[in-house]
Amino acid sequence: MNILELFKKKNKSGDVAKDRLKLLLVSDRSNCSPEIMEKIKNDIIQVISKYMEIDTEGLDIEITQTESEENNGSVPAIYANIPIKDLRSKKM
Amino acid sequence: MAEVIVVTSGKGGVGKTTTTANIGTGLAKLGKKVIMIDTDTGLRNLDVVLGLENRIVYNLIDVVEGKCRLNQAMINDKREENLYLLPTAQTRDKSAISTDQMLQVIEDIKNDEKAFDYIILDCPAGIEQGFHDAIIGADRALVVTTPEVSAIRDADRIIGLLDANGLKDHEDLIVNRIRPEMVEKGDMMSLDDVNDILQLHIIGAVPDDENIVVATNRGTPLVGDESLAGQAYLNICKRITGEEVPFLDLTAKKGFFGKLKKALSKK
Repeated sequence: MNILELFKKKNKSGDVAKDRLKLLLVSDRSNCSPEIMEKIKNDIIQVISKYMEIDTEGLDIEITQTESEENNGSVPAIYANIPIKDLRSKKM
Repeated sequence: MAEVIVVTSGKGGVGKTTTTANIGTGLAKLGKKVIMIDTDTGLRNLDVVLGLENRIVYNLIDVVEGKCRLNQAMINDKREENLYLLPTAQTRDKSAISTDQMLQVIEDIKNDEKAFDYIILDCPAGIEQGFHDAIIGADRALVVTTPEVSAIRDADRIIGLLDANGLKDHEDLIVNRIRPEMVEKGDMMSLDDVNDILQLHIIGAVPDDENIVVATNRGTPLVGDESLAGQAYLNICKRITGEEVPFLDLTAKKGFFGKLKKALSKK
């Protein structure tokens, strides 16, 4: 059983802990309360809705880590996934 | 002039008081004149970890309220002539002292004729009033954490608060309760992992050692004895005084036991 455990190296709980912490601390440190995130989300919806019809239900916004090209490390970033319903429905 | 060091963590139960007791005792063993102040009013424990609970007559709150002189509340540890404890009250709460009063006590201790080298404050858990009282007069902070998600998260929060209170670049991390065999298996975050996440200088790594429980049972800090934790604590003390000490190889001994265990389980 020990030998079997040695082989399933992937997803060691120590690595899981580290990954979870990294994400957790990004949101802790950014000091962004859920209310602020909700406000940002609503503002984004307002702005983009001026130009195209988006799926407000499917909109997903979160603070996460992204690889930086200059700093060769990860930096916090706001990630927003905004599904577009119809590009042509509104006049530009 | 005495250097004021606060031992803090955010999360409770990570070993703040044990760390304070061992660092205070260890610095005294190194010939420094040390006073430890328990700032955990209402939940004091530094006295029991040090085995001095029966010697308390007056406490920090009595000093602040003018019921006794500062010197009457200082307990001299008979085993370490350089070591003193200023306990706090057990039957009061954190509101019994203000930050200004705390600052005044620290100032008075700095000017005390005993000429202390170090004033070590045992901080309560949490980030409320007691935390602010404990850090207000500090020159330097030791943040205690364990390699667990919850403890590291709280440590990060504490580091942010220390930064905001003028202690940035005067903070060091102590990683407590490391279990090298679990780190080896990948089931516990390593020192590198912790450093990577918190980005704070690590001044000490203390293994999870049964001897700590025994020492606490007896009320005799184990710093400086032959146990791994005892050596680790003494190394931290030396680093505090500015000496460069290499980190202990925590895996060496455990590796031996690991091999032994493996050999036994094979048959």
